[in-house]
Amino acid sequence: MSLGYLLRRVGMFLLVVWVAASINFVIPRLARGDPIQAQFAQLETLGIRTSGMDQVVAAYKKRLGLDRPMVEQYFSYLWNVARFDFGPSISYFPADIGRLIAQRLPWTIGLLTASTVIAFVVGNLLGALLGWPGSSRWVKWLVPILMPLSAIPYYLLGLILIFTFAFTLNLFPLGSAYSTGAKIELAPEFAFDVLYHSILPALSIVLSVTGFWMLGMRGMMVTNMGEDYMIMAEAKGLSPLRIFLRYAMRNAMLPQVTGLALTFGGIIAGSVLVEVIFDYPGMGWILWRAIRNTDYFLIQGIVFVLVVSVALAMLVLDLIYPFVDRRIVYVRR
Amino acid sequence: MSAANAAPATTESRSPETWSRRREWISYGRRNPTLVAGLTIITVIVVFGLLAPFIIDQDATRTTAFSKDLSPSLDHPLGTDSFGRDMLALIVVGTPQTVKIGLIAGFMALIIGSALGFIQGFYRGPIGTSVRGITDITLTIPALLILITVASQVRQVTVESMAIIIALLAWPGTTRAIGSQVLSMRERAFVPIARFNGMSGPEIIFKELMPNMLPYLGASFVAAVSTAILFAIGLEVLGLGPQTTNTLGMTIYWSQLHSAVIRGLWWWWLSPMVVIVLLFIGLFLISHGLDELANPRLRRRV
Repeated sequence: MSLGYLLRRVGMFLLVVWVAASINFVIPRLARGDPIQAQFAQLETLGIRTSGMDQVVAAYKKRLGLDRPMVEQYFSYLWNVARFDFGPSISYFPADIGRLIAQRLPWTIGLLTASTVIAFVVGNLLGALLGWPGSSRWVKWLVPILMPLSAIPYYLLGLILIFTFAFTLNLFPLGSAYSTGAKIELAPEFAFDVLYHSILPALSIVLSVTGFWMLGMRGMMVTNMGEDYMIMAEAKGLSPLRIFLRYAMRNAMLPQVTGLALTFGGIIAGSVLVEVIFDYPGMGWILWRAIRNTDYFLIQGIVFVLVVSVALAMLVLDLIYPFVDRRIVYVRR
Repeated sequence: MSAANAAPATTESRSPETWSRRREWISYGRRNPTLVAGLTIITVIVVFGLLAPFIIDQDATRTTAFSKDLSPSLDHPLGTDSFGRDMLALIVVGTPQTVKIGLIAGFMALIIGSALGFIQGFYRGPIGTSVRGITDITLTIPALLILITVASQVRQVTVESMAIIIALLAWPGTTRAIGSQVLSMRERAFVPIARFNGMSGPEIIFKELMPNMLPYLGASFVAAVSTAILFAIGLEVLGLGPQTTNTLGMTIYWSQLHSAVIRGLWWWWLSPMVVIVLLFIGLFLISHGLDELANPRLRRRV
């Protein structure tokens, strides 16, 4: 991996973060001049009043410094955002937005990482088997089952899962990430409780995303079948398992890894909605509350942190990619 | 295109002509069942949405029109919700609204996306590079999250304003798909030939590339409509949709707000969901079918 490639990718990451931050700065000012006044006028029309509202207004006035010139406001805003300092929340005043998000982020990352990895591994394996001439017939039955599932948004799939497995059959909890009253600690019982609660939300993501990876992998496998190195491997008398894993799958995987980076944004947005459906206490949960309370600054903070997470995940994948595919040599154009 | 070819023919020669055309269509349909299935599903939904308002009483969607939480019966085939509204009527009224969001936003996204896609694929140098850069950045930022920021500012959205907001962020997928197609097409022999004949860049795009891209443009449009509906329902489930319009997504939002799932009112959330799922599957099948139409080699592959 050349230094130029590294710098270009990190530069791209910083650019994305900067654009996201600037959008957050511009949109409220574009909508109606004064973001604080607009915010509180809106709260009043909705009949929502938090105690100690004057205090909140004063805190925000001081923070945003609206009497200063726009350029100065912009740079002080960027400086704050760079340190993940989003100020106090309105609906949870005086709780700090950065801290509220930090409490929620691990839940989302845990749920999302687990379900993405499971879906990616299972989907690619199934897709590879589907595109492999020697695989058994029952694998073919998966296509008509998983293909429609991949067309359904995860959060809607979640509704069916809750209704079937939690409400009707009573096998799983109706929502939340742990039993009420459970002590949050690093103990096996609590870990088991969390795992038990996460099965349905994770399943709704896995079921729908697996089909997507499966279809892509099948296409790649079929294309790979006719390649010279496949015929060569067969002619050398290598075992079918070795050909399958090291020759067919290894090469078909590469575009899938690129695909992972591209779909990550969609997966994170979908899982935010899954959390709303399952009352799962991650980023989606607090976002839903922020929207209901029109806590605009909290919404901004959540959106910004999620955008940064997606960009960071893509950066990491891009930096790993040259190690996965040794054929790629990044040269400066 | 078949209509345009058949039009100048005389009445006598037209009937065998159209007949053979029809047979061609049917035989193509046999080879591409995905496209036919998708078109059938979407046609049924659209016809249902167009006809039903004449059959179903619109007053049934007013709150307290009937008793609350009735399970499906002969009077209310899909039951009623906790506002006392007839679910069948709600679905009938809501489906065209959701489709409308998808069509407006999908069409706008197609225009923006394909314009940028043609520029990015066709032009080298600073123009192409800068458009590609913008697309890459926009692709990286999850559109739904930015939509949440925008929609929470514009609190009172309507179906139309929501469609426009969505269109502003739904184009990068189209740009990428069209851009990569144009990139490969511009290497074909007919492009340099057109250039030697003295055609300008825009002329080549419109007269040479565009006609060849039609199936891709169709597939991109369908994909854009699907994305737009996905975004719309996502915003609606979060409570950022048009509060006074009964779109399918808003119906799910209200059912969620009133805990319909854990109260066992399955007809409230399941009915809009079935229509949404059919919409997505129909669009998905059409888009796959169009891919196959554009690239028949896929047929042998999969």
